[in-house]
Amino acid sequence: MTDMRTPLGKVRGLGSAKDGTSHFWRQRLTAVANVFLISFFVVLVIALQGADYASFTEALKNPIISTLLLLVILVGCLHMKLGMQVIIEDYFHSEGRKLLLLIGNTFFASFIALASVVAVLKISFGG
Amino acid sequence: MAEFKLPKNSRMGEGKVWPKPEGATNTREYRIYRWTPDDGRNPRIDTYYVDADDCGPMVLDALIYIKDKVDPTLTFRRSCREGICGSCAMNIDGTNTLACTKGADECSHEIVKIYPLPHMPVVKDLVPDLTRFYAQHRSIEPWLKTTTPEPENEWLQSYEDRRKLDGLYECILCACCSTSCPSYWWNGDRYLGPAVLLQAYRWLIDSRDEATGERLDNLEDPFRLYRCHTIMNCSQACPKGLNPAKAIAEIKKMMVERRV
Repeated sequence: MTDMRTPLGKVRGLGSAKDGTSHFWRQRLTAVANVFLISFFVVLVIALQGADYASFTEALKNPIISTLLLLVILVGCLHMKLGMQVIIEDYFHSEGRKLLLLIGNTFFASFIALASVVAVLKISFGG
Repeated sequence: MAEFKLPKNSRMGEGKVWPKPEGATNTREYRIYRWTPDDGRNPRIDTYYVDADDCGPMVLDALIYIKDKVDPTLTFRRSCREGICGSCAMNIDGTNTLACTKGADECSHEIVKIYPLPHMPVVKDLVPDLTRFYAQHRSIEPWLKTTTPEPENEWLQSYEDRRKLDGLYECILCACCSTSCPSYWWNGDRYLGPAVLLQAYRWLIDSRDEATGERLDNLEDPFRLYRCHTIMNCSQACPKGLNPAKAIAEIKKMMVERRV
C-alpha cells in the first residue's frame, strides 16, 4: 500500500509517549548501585572459595549478607530487564514480535529474580 | 530485525574504470558510488583518475574535475564550497564529512572512496533523499516561541545567555552526524537523530524562548530522544566540530531535572 501521508505526518506519528525518562533514570540508578553490589558479590564469592556447604549456608544466615545478596539479585535483574528491553526496541521492528519479546523479557527477568530470592530466603531462614 | 546485509537490489558491483588523464604525472585514484533510478541496475563503483596538478586540493575539487573533464553524468550536490551550506555532505574515506572542506591529502588511504551518506534513500549517485531528515527538523518547531506580547524592539538576551548558543547555532544541517549514528540507521523513522536533537537543544536553552516545557514534552519519548546510546559517532563526524552527543546529554539532564 502506498503511504501518502506527508513527511511531517509520518515523523509526528502517534506523538510523544511522554515517557522514557523513568526508564533512563532507573537504568542509571541500577548501574550505580551495581558498582557496589557486584563488587560485594565478587568479594563474597572469593571469600567463600573452597568453602563447604555448611559454611556457605552459615554465611547466608548473616542478615547483612543475605540482604545484600537479595539486593544483588533484585537490582541486577531489574538492570538486566531494562537493558534487554533497549536491545529489543533497537533491533526488532515488527510490532508483534517486539511485543512478544518485551513480554517474555519481563517474565524471564521476574522469574529469575523471584526464584533466586526464594533460594536465598530459604537458606537464610534455615530451610 | 535490523538488517546487516544490503537488500539484493542495493548490493554494489564493480563499475567502469575511466581512463587516466593524458600526460598526467601526478594522479589520484577515486572510487565513487554510482546509481541511477533510470536503468534498473544495481549500484556500482566507478574508478576515476584525477590529475592532482590540474585540480584544487579538496575532494569537492576532484568531484568537479571529474564532472567537467571525465564523466558529466556524475551527480552530487554542492553550492558554497566553503563548509557553510552543507550540500556536499557525503561519506569520504569512511567518514561522513563535507567534500568541500575535506582535503584529498587528508584521506588516510591512497585510493579515495566516496559513497552517499549512509542508510538514506539514494536519489542518484551521491545525492541522498533527506526529506525525512528535514521533516524531523520541522517537527521540533525550530523557531522562537513566546506567549508574552512581543516587545516594541527586540527580545533581550544577556551576554551569558547568548553564549549558551555557541556550539549549537553553527550547525548547518548537513546530516553528517545523523547518518553516522547506528541508532538512526536502525530507528530513523522514530528516533530524531543527533542533528535534530542538537537543534532542539538550541531552542531549549535559548533564554528568550517560553516553550521549554512544551518542547521537552514533545521530546520525552523512548524513541525520539532515548534511542541515543552515547555512541558518539555524531561528535566524531561533525565537520563543524560541534558536539551533538553533549547536546543530547544536556536534554536528558533537563528531563531528569524537571522530575527530581
